[in-house]
Amino acid sequence: MSIFVNDDTRVVVQGITGGEGSFHTQQMMEYGTNVVAGAVPGKGGEVVEGVPVYDTVHEAVRHEDADASVVFVPPAFAADALFEALDTSLDLVVAITEGIPTQDMSKVARRLRETDTALIGPNCPGIITPGEAKLGILPGNIFDDGKVGLVSRSGTLTYQVVDNLTSRGIGQTTAIGIGGDPIIGTSFIDALERFEADEETEAVAMCGEIGGEDEEEAAEFIATEMDTPVAAFIAGRTAPPGKRMGHAGAIVSGSGTGTAESKIEALNNAGVPVGDTPEQVADHIEDFL
Amino acid sequence: MTLITERAARSIVKYPARYKKVGLAFGDRVFPVSAPNVIHPTDTTNSCSPKMSADSTMKLHEYQAKRIFAEAGIPTPDSRLATSVDEAVDAGRDLGYPVAVKAQVQVGGRGKAGGIEIAGDDDELRDAADAILGMDLKGYTVDRVLVESAVDFVDELYLGVTMDRGEGEPVVMVSSEGGVDIETVAEETPEAIAREHVDPAFGLHPYQARKAVYGADIPDDAARAVTSVLQTLYDLWESNDASETEINPLMVTSEGDVVAADAVLNVDDDALFRHSDLAELEEESYTDDLERKAGEYGFDYVRLSGNVGIIGNGAGLVMTTLDLVDYYGGAPANFLDIGGGAKAERVANALDMVFSDPNVDSVVFNIFGGITRGDEVARGINDALEQFDEIPKPVVVRLAGTNATEGMEILNTELVQVEETLEGAVQRAVANAEEVAE
Repeated sequence: MSIFVNDDTRVVVQGITGGEGSFHTQQMMEYGTNVVAGAVPGKGGEVVEGVPVYDTVHEAVRHEDADASVVFVPPAFAADALFEALDTSLDLVVAITEGIPTQDMSKVARRLRETDTALIGPNCPGIITPGEAKLGILPGNIFDDGKVGLVSRSGTLTYQVVDNLTSRGIGQTTAIGIGGDPIIGTSFIDALERFEADEETEAVAMCGEIGGEDEEEAAEFIATEMDTPVAAFIAGRTAPPGKRMGHAGAIVSGSGTGTAESKIEALNNAGVPVGDTPEQVADHIEDFL
Repeated sequence: MTLITERAARSIVKYPARYKKVGLAFGDRVFPVSAPNVIHPTDTTNSCSPKMSADSTMKLHEYQAKRIFAEAGIPTPDSRLATSVDEAVDAGRDLGYPVAVKAQVQVGGRGKAGGIEIAGDDDELRDAADAILGMDLKGYTVDRVLVESAVDFVDELYLGVTMDRGEGEPVVMVSSEGGVDIETVAEETPEAIAREHVDPAFGLHPYQARKAVYGADIPDDAARAVTSVLQTLYDLWESNDASETEINPLMVTSEGDVVAADAVLNVDDDALFRHSDLAELEEESYTDDLERKAGEYGFDYVRLSGNVGIIGNGAGLVMTTLDLVDYYGGAPANFLDIGGGAKAERVANALDMVFSDPNVDSVVFNIFGGITRGDEVARGINDALEQFDEIPKPVVVRLAGTNATEGMEILNTELVQVEETLEGAVQRAVANAEEVAE
């Protein structure tokens, strides 16, 4: 079992003819992902990595029966690509693109609420169900299939924690990078809800970071709605207020909201152990299993 | 509902009042001490962070924002920009006294720091401009001042538009308690700020602007004018891809007219590609040579006060590395994210960057490759270090992920210390820093 993606998922790559798009299409297919089409305006009829390219997402869905898309479209055109994806019957859209204007994402998020489609990202590494499929740019070789779900706002921190798990023989059901932007599709709560409903997922590792209040809201959800045990890591304990730590969303405002302390306190109050190091997160997960 | 209210209240806390009422209060009216019925903008309370390379918004100067607001039809005081004392005095004579002289720097707390003065005649203006021009304001040198007519007022209001990231929607805010520290208002009496969330597909409906204004108990004689300003402020927010637009205070005159005594327009960096007019206004405003250098290299860099230099890939992992340095008893000197897919040259630049910080006694290089390749990183580290006869500070390298094995074969291990785990690498770097510092 897994959440969002498995080996039946049929993927269309938006922006497949670009440098990133073509490289990661090859990587995704090498991992075993069922990439069935590409979509790039004006490039219909081309073939990339053996995959047929269509001018529109609608054609790709109609001809190849795609049910998920991965978006590598540059930021200036990304919102349009997301609207296009949301106008089809896709179950899942994964937006890798970094640097989409916030007001664009506000409009996308608004449209998203009217659909049954799930959006992961933007500005995220994507999602992987080890041994079945990966949609995005995650390095497949560090993952192993198993019983732990992982959800994270950061790409490389995901890899770090997965490495801590895999190296001691703990595999994953699905790992999701939800992205570091202020406005994203799938939230911690959305992912936790799916892991809770997934019979194979026996524990969840959650990696948050400073900024916003998503971790605090997730803590409340865990306390009230989850039986599956969760262990967490929060990055940015040493970040000074007012300084943005790389991610647009990772900033502590002058008032003290969004601090690591408030997130750790909320999680601890919800019964979630928070590791001081990624290794300690793996310790907690091992205790749960 | 409580959560949303609290969140929206907090969302304006980053942008507290630029002004504080100065003078004697009679009932709910405030009269300045020296010139009855004339406002003295003094900007005493502000914890706004300075603009820096790692910020995600471009902050316009007050005079730039005011120009844009005025062009959109929002009333602003008559004003002139001056870069010399003589220009300032000319401006004062043209405008008529009293005038406010306001330092144009992109930091908060200008008034408290002496960056805003009131002048009643030529001599006072000359003294004020002479004192402010060239002064160091929180690391920034003042090279221009705004000379502005003081305004008669009976009330000061707050208007703001920002993105409520929790809701994913814009929110407009109105308060009749402008001018004072809006941060305090937001925290202590959040109900004093009327808020209205906006559907981004439709924009701010006129009824919503009215609802916010009447909800904030704006005096009846000014309500229509305030509603109109709020609508314009939202339109400016949207059309400029702003992260924030704000007027604090919006002054109400005894005739019920309104005047924007300050103007904030911060623009989403990610949207500058479609606002070439605004992008042209972008200025270098680093307070620190290292942050300037990081800007030239295109790194996400934040300088901190410790002695362990940190280089990594990906914001979350670099933050984690900082946290671990602290956890193991060290003090991080910086945040430096080389980003994804860095080539050897960029890696070498990162090392140059960290070695340039005289506080750095030890360096930890932590790479977990996804799209970043270990072989490129190793080549970059070799290139950077092989040019030294002696390595300036000990460097600990931890390489994992994509092509880490190839990277380890390439890496010149005579020049660096290698650790397999993040925890091991950080502990060694902290120990190195302690040793070097002794």
